[in-house]
Amino acid sequence: MVDIAWENFTPWSALAGGIIIGLSAAAFILLNGRIAGISGIIGGLLTPRKTDILWRVAFLAGMIAAPLLWMMTADLPPIEIKASYPLLVISGLLVGIGTRYGSGCTSGHGVCGLSRLSARSLIATLTFMAVGFGTVYIVRHLVTGA
Amino acid sequence: MKFNIASFGAGLLFGFGLLVSGMANPEKVLGFLDIAGQWDPSLAFVMGGAVLVGLFAFTIARKRTLSFLGFNMRLPESDRPDKRLVLGSVLFGAGWGLAGFCPGPGLVALGAGETGALVFVVAMVAGMGIFEVIEKNRVAN
Repeated sequence: MVDIAWENFTPWSALAGGIIIGLSAAAFILLNGRIAGISGIIGGLLTPRKTDILWRVAFLAGMIAAPLLWMMTADLPPIEIKASYPLLVISGLLVGIGTRYGSGCTSGHGVCGLSRLSARSLIATLTFMAVGFGTVYIVRHLVTGA
Repeated sequence: MKFNIASFGAGLLFGFGLLVSGMANPEKVLGFLDIAGQWDPSLAFVMGGAVLVGLFAFTIARKRTLSFLGFNMRLPESDRPDKRLVLGSVLFGAGWGLAGFCPGPGLVALGAGETGALVFVVAMVAGMGIFEVIEKNRVAN
């Protein structure tokens, strides 16, 4: 049986945050005609075209500014990073290579792709979710035995 | 100019959404991915909420050739899954499950001043650089 951590369960804030993310993706496609895919927006900066740099930087600056603006008025929600630096490096490399090779991440395939009813994005999302679940299972229950 | 301001606004909104939802917290993400442990299903509601809004937006977007600010609609054309899509998603899923970070939350946590997020983001950009080098060699051969 699945053992649910009810004390950590936050459906309303999760739903509210999801709606805000959806509004961001909606604004980006309806105002600028672009897909809000974070890995693609970052990746495009590595092979930059002149007209293509500023808006990418602007989008990413907005994301990085979000917690800074938040901190001016309220305490940030918890951000707990328990992974060691070496693990974060391996994880970052895999995420970087994987998202570019697979043309998207949780935002581009997950949010935007599923909203577009794209078969490609559905397969990508099911794949990275399944492997994400599998990886945590291996790390938490087979390797560390926790 | 309009385009860049809208981009900044969308990025800001996206960042707020990640903070509100709990996605910016890797420990929360790992709690969601840990079905065999004490499972926290909250983050399914993030995807649900986002796609709910997205379905409306993309239904409108699909019917237009120009955005509301007058820019070309750039919707992906290909819808054929291929080996690259699946292999890339496998690598991404493994990286995501190792530390609980995907690209957006990595950036937001970086903005919050987390050193671990800086390590993750630098490695992620390096990974994207490695991808570009591999691609360039593949095309050259």
